[in-house]
Amino acid sequence: MMFKIKINGKFYKVKQEKNLLEVCLSLGINIPHFCYHGALGSVGACRLCAVSSYRDENDKSGRLIMSCMEPVAEGMVITTDDPASEKFRASVLESLMLNHPHDCPVCDEGGECHLQDMTVMTGHAYRNHDFKKRTYTNQFLGPFIHHEMNRCIQCYRCVRFYKDYAGGEDLGVFSAHNHVYFGRSKEGVLESEFSGNLVEVCPTGVFTDKTLKRHFTRKWDLTNAPSVCVHCSVGCNTIAGERYGVLRRIMNRYNGSVNGYFICDRGRFGYEFVNHEKRLRQAMSRKSKNEKPVVTTDEDIENILINAFSPGKKIIGIGSPRASLESNYALMKLAGSENFYHGTPAKEFQLIRGALTILLNLPVRSPSLKDIEKSDMVLILGEDLTHTAPMIALAVRQAARNLPVGAGEKTGIPKWHDAAQRYRTRDMKSPVFIAHVHQTKLDELASQLFHSPIHDICRVAFAIASLVDDQAPAVEELNQDQKDFAIMVANVLKQAKNPVIITGTHCGSLDLLQAAANISIALAAFGTKSSLSFVMPECNSMGLAMLDGKSMEALINSNSDTSDTLIILENDLFRRAPGEAVKKLLNKFTCVLVLDHSENETTTKADVVVPVGTFAESTGTLINNEGRAQRHYRVFAEEKSLPDSWRILGRLSAKYRKIVPEPWETFDQIAESLEKEFPVVKGINKKINGNDFRALNDKIRRQSIRFSGRTAVDARLEVAESKIPVDRDSPLTFSMEGSDQKSPSSLVPFYWTPGWNSPQSVSFYLDEPNGSMKGGDPGLRLIEPQENARVNYFKPALTGESSKTGEYTIVPVYRIFGSEELSSKAEAITERIPKPFILMNEKQAGMLKAAENDFVIIEISQNIIEVQVRIDDKIADRIIGLTVNFPEMPFVDLPVSVRSSEIKLTEQNIKSRSK
Amino acid sequence: MEKPLTRHIKSGRDPLSLKEYEKTGGYNGIKTALKKMTPSEVIDLVKQSGLSGRGGAGFPTGLKWSFVPTKGDFPRPVYLVCNADEMEPGSFKDRYLLEGNPHQLIEGMICASYAIGAEKAYIFLRWAYKKAEAILQQAITEAYDAGVLGKNILGSGFNLELYVHSSAGRYICGEETALLNSLEGRRAIPRAKPPFPTTSGLFGKPTVINNVETLSWIGHIIENGADWFKKLGLNGEGGTKLFGVSGKVKKPGIYELPMSTVMRHIIEDHAGGMIDGYKLRAVIPGGASTEFVMENQLDIPMDFRSLKAVGSRMGTATMTVLDNKTCPVEFLHNIERFFALESCGWCTPCREGLPRIEKILAAIEEGNGKEEYLDILKYHTIYCGPGNTFCAHAPGAMEPLQSALTYFRDDFIRHINEKHCPWKS
Repeated sequence: MMFKIKINGKFYKVKQEKNLLEVCLSLGINIPHFCYHGALGSVGACRLCAVSSYRDENDKSGRLIMSCMEPVAEGMVITTDDPASEKFRASVLESLMLNHPHDCPVCDEGGECHLQDMTVMTGHAYRNHDFKKRTYTNQFLGPFIHHEMNRCIQCYRCVRFYKDYAGGEDLGVFSAHNHVYFGRSKEGVLESEFSGNLVEVCPTGVFTDKTLKRHFTRKWDLTNAPSVCVHCSVGCNTIAGERYGVLRRIMNRYNGSVNGYFICDRGRFGYEFVNHEKRLRQAMSRKSKNEKPVVTTDEDIENILINAFSPGKKIIGIGSPRASLESNYALMKLAGSENFYHGTPAKEFQLIRGALTILLNLPVRSPSLKDIEKSDMVLILGEDLTHTAPMIALAVRQAARNLPVGAGEKTGIPKWHDAAQRYRTRDMKSPVFIAHVHQTKLDELASQLFHSPIHDICRVAFAIASLVDDQAPAVEELNQDQKDFAIMVANVLKQAKNPVIITGTHCGSLDLLQAAANISIALAAFGTKSSLSFVMPECNSMGLAMLDGKSMEALINSNSDTSDTLIILENDLFRRAPGEAVKKLLNKFTCVLVLDHSENETTTKADVVVPVGTFAESTGTLINNEGRAQRHYRVFAEEKSLPDSWRILGRLSAKYRKIVPEPWETFDQIAESLEKEFPVVKGINKKINGNDFRALNDKIRRQSIRFSGRTAVDARLEVAESKIPVDRDSPLTFSMEGSDQKSPSSLVPFYWTPGWNSPQSVSFYLDEPNGSMKGGDPGLRLIEPQENARVNYFKPALTGESSKTGEYTIVPVYRIFGSEELSSKAEAITERIPKPFILMNEKQAGMLKAAENDFVIIEISQNIIEVQVRIDDKIADRIIGLTVNFPEMPFVDLPVSVRSSEIKLTEQNIKSRSK
Repeated sequence: MEKPLTRHIKSGRDPLSLKEYEKTGGYNGIKTALKKMTPSEVIDLVKQSGLSGRGGAGFPTGLKWSFVPTKGDFPRPVYLVCNADEMEPGSFKDRYLLEGNPHQLIEGMICASYAIGAEKAYIFLRWAYKKAEAILQQAITEAYDAGVLGKNILGSGFNLELYVHSSAGRYICGEETALLNSLEGRRAIPRAKPPFPTTSGLFGKPTVINNVETLSWIGHIIENGADWFKKLGLNGEGGTKLFGVSGKVKKPGIYELPMSTVMRHIIEDHAGGMIDGYKLRAVIPGGASTEFVMENQLDIPMDFRSLKAVGSRMGTATMTVLDNKTCPVEFLHNIERFFALESCGWCTPCREGLPRIEKILAAIEEGNGKEEYLDILKYHTIYCGPGNTFCAHAPGAMEPLQSALTYFRDDFIRHINEKHCPWKS
């Protein structure tokens, strides 16, 4: 239902149940505000959003109301530009300026500062206060966030985001009157995985990006590009900014269907691998298999390549789940589909293909993050979302609020009335059920928990399906706990209207994926539409799975003694398979050609190394675990950085093998090729505009109009002004000149609206706060539910062996900081990576004569690893969790069995204990 | 003269025990209510009586009670909260009742709880009232033992649990919604209204919050009826009122007198007038957050309506007298410093505006004032007005300021021009 209201003399039709401020922001009307935020709702604290409201025709003076707290009503008459409300808003700014330090020139926020914008917008200009300012001491908050409390305007957004929205506990508000302080009760690293969002949520420079500080650049001096996070399969949209050839920072890029206003800390602070000294910058080769490759002449490399690609030579290609779709495609074309392998661990290949098959064939929806936020019931099976897909964990937190918010709405409290909602419904939560091997941070949200080995979680999941639809295969011999959990979950599932089941590949069980699928099939039979989300390991796991290719396992196990040429695309194989097997594989090939951006174990064993660009120096498509195709664009120009992998592979094809008539010289060319050959990505190029896009015959500028130093930047190399680099791959340009229209939603390189220089300007790109981008959210969903599909239930395979006496089953444990390859190279992240550890219950630790925090040596599959002992009392007996994928840790194919004799205390520890 | 509330209180002596209270006729009200009246009849009776809230706002008590849902699907339990967080500067009337006759309050709370369907009740007590805390705990124990609290009170089937909760000390906890937050263990900031506590109050449940003096009436009204209550007042507003007088008067203290008793009468006759050598300049009638009433306005009746008509407020009706030997700037500065320090820090005009006012008054008092400061102060009385802030704290702080700027402007100007406080030579 719509209401008709009058704002500044004009009539508008607005949605009911909204507050006046969000309605005005949707209409593009400037109302200054601080404490209101689209994701956090209204609390009415700052009093800045005052406007005048009029009773009727005869009311000439009106009265001031706070627009964020005012529900819209039919016939409402308001003005925002009358003297009373303008004076009041300016007074609010004056109040805030009484104590605000004169920091702008040295404050990181300057130029991107919501407080600056509002001060200018309200017109407050002169200080009329003779007294001193109150000051605070700052706290050390960790390697991500810098704290400068003097700048605080007490809008309370930080604690509302950190605690209410993100569930954090260690940031709080202290003291009273004008001494109100935001910080930790004791200095220390902020514990929340979403602390980085404070940088954007804070309207002033209290919380700023500490990693940006190391190489600080003003917002207006950055060259930006719309990008996609490469650190997990959720595919949050980001904005990357560079200057002088250094990637300066990553910030959030709004996508109403995926990440919304926020990203996780791994995505925000993991970018320094792009600037790392271990980046490969020049081509290298080696003369014999015993050496490491070194920088050589182009001629040397040319000779090797001519030989490697000579006619008759068989080329094998190993693709990568962290390389773009186009790069993988280019390699697939060069080697041939039958010679293209996926560079993933054997089990992972099976699981991801299995997940994709399920989604392509079932009448179940693959949910976006926004879909998960809106669900009325969540079932999590075998995934520690906080660490494997942090933003999904954040979405589950919001989903847990749907029941209480709905209950509050029934009693007349609007959704946006945040504080009143929370007072009303307190600890009420939507049903969330979690089944996992060990305890997780999300456990506090759960109505019921089930901590158990994966084998039993599978059995219970199959049982849940059979309780929803008795046609689904049943499971025998469940114990009482398992029965209780299954019955409870099945009952709630049957009452839910849009439940979501979240599972994934991280625990290594195909059974689990199929059990989850069974639950969805059962729900469909029951008449309920459900969503099924599969968390995957890498940013393009889904994309790679959609291309042809076999599992790398086949290559490793093949009997041939020698082979010709192996091309490895952006992949450290030593992270995908046991070390010995990889070495053997590499030795089989006469020529191993590796394309990658950073040094790793595989590059040290290559015959030729060709450096390629990271996501920041490349245009490419990534497909997230939802099945949404999204594109990242170059931040660095081609001539100032390295070529995209697909471009290099295209040149190799054209030069040596003539697979395609022309080398793919523009992104459009390869993207169109790909679309023609793979119907699954149909529509992608139209949706995410290619180079043909024109807005008013202008391109989209990557730089703000205030970009400085354009002629001075390269003056030390050449005084004459250089030509603007050309971007052949997108409508974005490396200059300050471009269209004044708002760019299409997939192509926003930075947010700006007249008067709004800060991230708050995103409001003007949205159809409504917390809604979708105008013109649709970025990306293209590729997978839709097969509504009328007739599907058969999966039969439980249940091949997981239960441990034998004296043996332990080692299962993987993931960490947001540490388990992902690229982010772990960033210094700020490295500081947060814990020492590798094993996780077990107290009794097991006792049996191994180990105590919490002891260091032990453990032998797994011939690997000797030193790990710290940690206790989790919910882990079953004879199950031990081991952190995986940490830097310097060898690849271990988990789960695996280990004898207790293979777990020893280190000598150091034994000595210290006896003291 | 009838003094229903204070008749049996012996100042400076021990409070009435339960037995003593019963001897005075106590706990008859609850017997009548439980045995002969339905809850809605009790509400109607209180409505008819016209009893208005004694905490300072004067809201009709029966009307507030009628907002509590009784039918249909509503969250339970219903709560009754007694606001005993008496921190309004100059107010000490509730303390007098708590330390003198706690059972009067308890009986009132039991009747009120019965009327609104509350199963749990809390007395939210000012932290500094340690003596009252001990007295209340003792009285509550007596009440449980006698079967007027707990399960199946007097065999009626009505249950009530009553608790005393001592505040952690901040003034803003006297604001009813900040009180609820504090009682819940949250940060003591107020809540936006709507929703009102009768819809979403303590722990999100329907809640009524009433003042000590208000609740102390309920037993009496049930026993004696609405007309009796109405006739106690002199001019339309019913009941008696506990009037307080403090300052340089001969007999400062609490005086229970009919509503609408003339202010001059209270100060000059009951409180004995000014101490020899002092003259009355002005009075703040109802605690620090009310406007000055000048000497020539003292002939007004003390009730909610009359004080509103002269641009002031009766508030708690505990008067503080400003004498001619006290500097009004100092008097005002003291009040505003209190309000500035007690701001909860939630909304901008209060959090930043009140300390600014305090700093300016300090400067003026010390002789470092400028005439422009008076314009800034005047502007703040509008800037921090009702509706512009999140709660009534800052608007309350503006009441004495605004009237002082009107009535004592010359004294401010003297400080500014003479560059020192004329009262401190």
